[in-house]
Amino acid sequence: MRTSSTSSRLLAATALVAALGLTVTACGGSSDNGSGGDKNDPASLKGQTITYWASNQGTSLDNDKQVLTPELNKFTQQTGIKVKLEVIGWADLLNRILAATTSGQGPDVLNIGNTWSASLQATGALMPWDATAFTAIGGKDRFASAAIASAGAAGKDPAAVPLYSMAYGLYYNKKMFSDAGLTPPKTWDELVTDGKKLTKDGHYGLAVEGSNGSENIHHAFVLAKQRGSSWFDDSGKATFDTPANVAAVKQYVDFIASDKIAAKGDAEYSQNQTITDFATGKAAMMMWQSAATSIKAHGMTADQYGVVPVPTQTAGATGDAGITSMVAGINLAVFQNTKHKAAAEALVKFMTSTPEQKVLNGTYGSLPPVKEAQSDAAFQTPDLKTLAGVLGSSAAPLPQVPNESQFETLVGTAVKDLFADAAAGKPVTDDSVKAALTKAQQQMPAS
Amino acid sequence: MTATAPPRRAPEAGPDSGKSAAGRRLRPRAVERLRRIGLPYLLLLPALLAELLIHIVPMFFGIVISFKNLTLFYIHNWKSAPWSAFDNYKAAVKIHQPIGEALLHSFWVTLAYTLLSVGFSWLLGTAAAILMQDTFRGRAIMRAIFLVPYALPAYAALITWTFMFQQDTGLVNHVLHDQLHVTSNKPFWLIGDNSFWAMVIVSVWKSWPFAFLALMAGLQNIPRELYEAAAMDGAGVWQQIRKITMPSLRPVNQVLVLVLFLWTFNDFNTPYVMFGQSAPHQADLISIHIYQSSFITWNFGSGSAMSVLLLLFLLLVTAIYLALTSRKRGDADA
Amino acid sequence: MPRIPSQPSPMAQPKSFTWTRRVVLTLLLLFVLTPVYVMLSSSLKNLQDVQGSFQWIPHGLTFRPYLDIWKTVPLAHYFMNSLIVSVSATLFSVAVAIFAAYAVSRYRFAGRKVFTVTVLSTQMFPGILFLLPLYLIFVNIGNSTGVTLNGSRLGLIITYLTFSLPFSIWMLVGYFDSIPRDLDEAAKVDGCGPFGALFRVVVPAAIPGIVAVCVYAFMTAWGEVLFASVMTNSDTRTLAVGLREYATQNDVYWNQVMAASLVVSVPVVAGFLLLQRYLVAGLTAGAVK
Repeated sequence: MRTSSTSSRLLAATALVAALGLTVTACGGSSDNGSGGDKNDPASLKGQTITYWASNQGTSLDNDKQVLTPELNKFTQQTGIKVKLEVIGWADLLNRILAATTSGQGPDVLNIGNTWSASLQATGALMPWDATAFTAIGGKDRFASAAIASAGAAGKDPAAVPLYSMAYGLYYNKKMFSDAGLTPPKTWDELVTDGKKLTKDGHYGLAVEGSNGSENIHHAFVLAKQRGSSWFDDSGKATFDTPANVAAVKQYVDFIASDKIAAKGDAEYSQNQTITDFATGKAAMMMWQSAATSIKAHGMTADQYGVVPVPTQTAGATGDAGITSMVAGINLAVFQNTKHKAAAEALVKFMTSTPEQKVLNGTYGSLPPVKEAQSDAAFQTPDLKTLAGVLGSSAAPLPQVPNESQFETLVGTAVKDLFADAAAGKPVTDDSVKAALTKAQQQMPAS
Repeated sequence: MTATAPPRRAPEAGPDSGKSAAGRRLRPRAVERLRRIGLPYLLLLPALLAELLIHIVPMFFGIVISFKNLTLFYIHNWKSAPWSAFDNYKAAVKIHQPIGEALLHSFWVTLAYTLLSVGFSWLLGTAAAILMQDTFRGRAIMRAIFLVPYALPAYAALITWTFMFQQDTGLVNHVLHDQLHVTSNKPFWLIGDNSFWAMVIVSVWKSWPFAFLALMAGLQNIPRELYEAAAMDGAGVWQQIRKITMPSLRPVNQVLVLVLFLWTFNDFNTPYVMFGQSAPHQADLISIHIYQSSFITWNFGSGSAMSVLLLLFLLLVTAIYLALTSRKRGDADA
Repeated sequence: MPRIPSQPSPMAQPKSFTWTRRVVLTLLLLFVLTPVYVMLSSSLKNLQDVQGSFQWIPHGLTFRPYLDIWKTVPLAHYFMNSLIVSVSATLFSVAVAIFAAYAVSRYRFAGRKVFTVTVLSTQMFPGILFLLPLYLIFVNIGNSTGVTLNGSRLGLIITYLTFSLPFSIWMLVGYFDSIPRDLDEAAKVDGCGPFGALFRVVVPAAIPGIVAVCVYAFMTAWGEVLFASVMTNSDTRTLAVGLREYATQNDVYWNQVMAASLVVSVPVVAGFLLLQRYLVAGLTAGAVK
């Protein structure tokens, strides 16, 4: 026994030495990032290679590569800067960013979901876009203000620049509506009444993505906003279980629970089955963001459906009560640790230039956050015009607080479990909703 | 350190490192002795280095992190994260407060999941291995088929099961509801109460072939003469299984059950692929729970503390398990 | 309960045994093969049919998914990555395990118990606990030595090697223990050193165990998702992660997922079939015992 304890101490010592050795090299490794000012000289940008992490916007990662490569080639021609492109699926993107943030070794330029902006901003991993940086890409005023508001916490320099914008709209099946003699609903009451009429023979009025946490909170956010309620107070503290928020979540879950205008099966949807149901005529309505490309991929043509703003509690509501969508979209950020800051900024400038905005948003079916590009013919289709209207007047940014990801996880999962209750025939009451939200709130960090 | 000859020998040890070998050579005794002592360490060196790099050192890091308040505000420079003493642990073990309560719930779910999955996997593996010990027509092909779940990439298998468990369009409900009319309406398998059972079924499907493989290999080490002798003594087949097969499999079983338990307890793939990042309450396995704390909500301090608690629990279980099974084994040997 | 009689007894098998075997094995076959059938039939349907209610028999057969899989995702590339990583990790892991198991089985040395217990206990580490630290270490090694581990196949190989190592060592120690020491002593007397004894006597006699360990090490590497998702980039991405890309922003291409899963699994299953024979052959060779 004595020998084994000696050697276990030896083992521990070895491990410790190894660990210390690594820590020391860690200090040495991270010190070589300021590599001279001449890199900012435009002439010397030539020949630099930067890495760009793009998110999945198209029908596949490969499709994204095909869309982006010719554009990036244009950039290389113009500036002499080479771009190493990597398209990363949504399942991996946040983890990769996180790992990059922790280690300081990452891409130079990257796409982020705009709801992550404040969280990533708090980590200090992203370069803040101050006035000077914005001037270099043509000024903050080029961008829609709602998009800028979704690029970081209020009162701080944005952590990213808007790249693609999206908004929620109510998509409806024209034929099913005209067959039933209906017009698109403007209030929730109308939506439920219409939904009930459309729900028959295996068809449903509405499809919802019940097991998708992000979708759940996007809708819970809007429904709460329409009641003048927020999920965080001004100090950033969680206020999940206020009566208005409980009512908002209950209203959403009730589409399955008591209104029964959405199929019970929707409770387990998490892989965009909503779009499938809508495009195949199983559901007459859905609330989705910029769905044109996906709907088309499912074989439904643009003339078969219409898009109107998501309903409000009372017709013609304005202000918070008139909010019908969160500001959805993708932002473009520069990694704080980049050794090619000027080249990275040049790429951002290129990607947000008016011509590129037209090409990229046109291809992806999203809306350009750059105002100048919005007038392009590509964005004048009826559905995109509706969504642009929503984005311009009735969309609000999701809470830009560092703990947004906890909010998304905890509340998203709570709503998912409530949907599961509803689908299993268990009653969903004010009390059960409040209990679920209180529990979520208690698990939020204090700050 | 006393560098004498090996302190103990295993009961059945041969004269492997005995003094006779040293004496036979004409080499100086000291060199010979050094070589003899150094050799096992040399043999272990690659394994040791790899384990140090990938497991031990990172684990020390992990333990250090568990005492830090490493939230998203600090991950950019994790060394600057403030020390939080035992705060992360305190939050995790306060079972009457939401975070601790959720962790405890997750722990019980995981324990039930693990016991069921390991139990059934072992049962199926043993049954199949014993039933297939003998040659019969189609045995080879059947063996290969039984290994298919193990040969499929985990993601492919899991996504297929998820596909089958879909409420409206899945095979499981098609069979249960449409064809056999067992259920009055289509139950949900991916959300709600059944999600736990769906997960157990998938887990058994994935792990039993491993038990089968290990036990099959174990069976092949049992000398035929033992069975022949038993048969001569008039022992029936059932008695042969009880008296020869099962005891001979004990060393394999000892390890097999333990590793299955450890893997299943730490299983991440199954819930992650089946349910995504937010598992239903009823299927909230501890690995996903910790993943959420660390990677989704970016509180690595708290996630690490939970991991360390999990590690301590598993160490305890393993120690008790080994103490119990080894003693039994000793009794049997005696 | 019917008597479940057994096996390699020279006695004739009772009827009850044959029937038990038939029933149990048939049920197991159904359990194992149903998902495989679902994969196969779904891979031959078009996307709309796959998304609709389940049909045992596909309405219209189509081979399109098998053509599309290569375009949606660079499948061949991921397959090669997986193959390189898994095979290398297996070879290294088994080699390292053989040495370690030989030491543990044949030598009594200070720290033997500590080594076994430590190695075994690494099986208990939740992957989540050391994913991030390991990533940091890889990055630091890269910064200080220039050896890129993060995002490279090498890093993944080293990582996977250790995942299978503990159990491989344990398995092999068990096997080596069952091989009489007289055999390697005899070899040593014949002039083989310890390594000669290991490779000429112990390893050949332990073939079934080594094959099983190889299979295990390979599959551990082949299916790992969590570490691969953080530690690879688009050049080095493995199948386990790459297959997820059939679920895109727009749609889950169920039929393509199934087709791709089948295509990549065929070589692996074929490998199993080959090893199957090898296992049996290794058995007869190991009949020395």
